[in-house]
Amino acid sequence: MPTQTRRQMFEARQRRRANTIAAASTLAVFVAVIVLIPLTPGWENVQRSFFNGAVFAKTFPGLLNAFVMDVAIFLWCAPLIALLGLAVAIARDLRSPALYPLRLLAIAYTDIFRGLPVILVIYLIGFGIPGLGLPRPWNSPYIWGSLALILVYASYVAEVIRSGIESIHDSQRNAALSLGLSGSDTMRFVILPQAIRRVVPANMNLFVALQKDVALLSFIGPVEIFRQAGVYKSLMANFTPYVGAALIFLALTIPATRYADYLMNKQASARS
Amino acid sequence: MGDLVLENVQKAFGDNPVIRGIDLNVARGEMICLIGASGSGKSTLLRCMNLLEPIDDGRILLDGEDISEPGRDPQPVRQRIGMVFQSYNLFPHMTALENAMLAPRRNLGKSKTELREPLAQMFERFGLGDRMNHYPDQLSGGQQQRVAIIRALAMQPEIMLFDEITSALDPELVGEVLDVLRDLRAQGMTMVLATHEMGFARELADKVCFLDQGRILEEGPPEQIFDTPKEERTRAFLSRVL
Ligand SMILES: Nc1ncnc2c1ncn2[C@@H]1O[C@H](COP(=O)(O)OP(=O)(O)OP(=O)(O)O)[C@@H](O)[C@H]1O
Ligand SMILES: [Mg+2]
Repeated sequence: MPTQTRRQMFEARQRRRANTIAAASTLAVFVAVIVLIPLTPGWENVQRSFFNGAVFAKTFPGLLNAFVMDVAIFLWCAPLIALLGLAVAIARDLRSPALYPLRLLAIAYTDIFRGLPVILVIYLIGFGIPGLGLPRPWNSPYIWGSLALILVYASYVAEVIRSGIESIHDSQRNAALSLGLSGSDTMRFVILPQAIRRVVPANMNLFVALQKDVALLSFIGPVEIFRQAGVYKSLMANFTPYVGAALIFLALTIPATRYADYLMNKQASARS
Repeated sequence: MGDLVLENVQKAFGDNPVIRGIDLNVARGEMICLIGASGSGKSTLLRCMNLLEPIDDGRILLDGEDISEPGRDPQPVRQRIGMVFQSYNLFPHMTALENAMLAPRRNLGKSKTELREPLAQMFERFGLGDRMNHYPDQLSGGQQQRVAIIRALAMQPEIMLFDEITSALDPELVGEVLDVLRDLRAQGMTMVLATHEMGFARELADKVCFLDQGRILEEGPPEQIFDTPKEERTRAFLSRVL
């Protein structure tokens, strides 16, 4: 590297100083936590029932195995959520009076499903519909549990996409119309491509939340990681499997949220 | 008899009358410049001519046909009347060439291969031969505005409307865009421009209209408007901008 300017040297010094202070204070906090927590009266018990190495080693492969079901449910729900969300977002923007009922339906749908706790929707649909006494494949909690997730998450995705549509400046619409493009071509080729790109980070955050909420299906039957951890807990009278499950979730969700934040920052700086 | 005729056109936003009875004839091959203070209604008038704003009263006739009739589909008319805006408004997710291709592909059913050659020639002609595959944010303001003109021309419109297309440009880029207009003028394109470039209006316009508070206060050949304006308000405006 060529010789540094005085300012560069000054900034490098400042950076080194800041890094040293940050490292020292982080270390101090860690040491305090590691030293102090084991001094609490209940620590022995907690350690035995939540951080038991032997139980962890024995159950972790099984948990990973069960997590495959979470991923599978996520994978078949995600594209359907994207499609339904897009369709509802477009329906909410319809201006033609003949299609007013569709618009009204879309508004009611997003209001209702964003207003309910996810677990409630899962219970109502997951227990309610199979309760109709449908024949064999159609009483599966996998189908109706997934439907519940799809309905809830698509309502959020629809709102996010709609906010994206509204964020596109009217001048884009005018430019497209002035070229003689139809309203639907304007939406399809000019507005939507820009709107969807703009809300990718927000939608990614939603899909991270979906990945976590897949665990809620365990309440209506499907054996996925949370349920499996519960089984191990009962079997071994130990909570460590839950910690294992938490680690597996975090291994997926932390990189995904970080990436979404990165995209969000990149967009924010590109637009300013 | 002109080919685009405005008869007593009126337009209000809420209870703010912005266009207050405008008559205007645009004949084939003519170039008309609209001048006037900020807020006098130049942009609104152009937007009405392109049917981006529905007019409240009066009529707009294109080849004798009333295109301003309420409830009429504006799409076919917009395909015949192109418009370029002050802020370029290119589609940022498409390359320059894709920007120009979209409307003829969708409206005229032309294929990309069919369009590539004539459009490439047009980019070449306007000095953008090596910029066709760039995205708008990789182009200067002057280049973007020239792409916007090509995009409008790609529909082969009969009339072009330009709304202060050089106002957002750095001074040294204004010339390259005005050159494009000169080129179009030489080709006999029918044009209506809102402009603050008085020198340019004097040089090329067939007719200059001075807009004041939503009316055409004075109109005539450029020499008459710029050298011997009749109205006091025209004189006042010109002394401010010249
Ligand atoms: N969409 C709108 N809604 C409400 N008022 C509007 C709208 N568009 C324009 N106006 C008003 O109409 C008047 C004329 O505006 P217009 O943009 O046509 O003027 P202009 O002559 O083009 O001015 P400039 O030289 O600043 O571009 C202004 O008072 C403006 O505030
Ligand atoms: Mg204007």
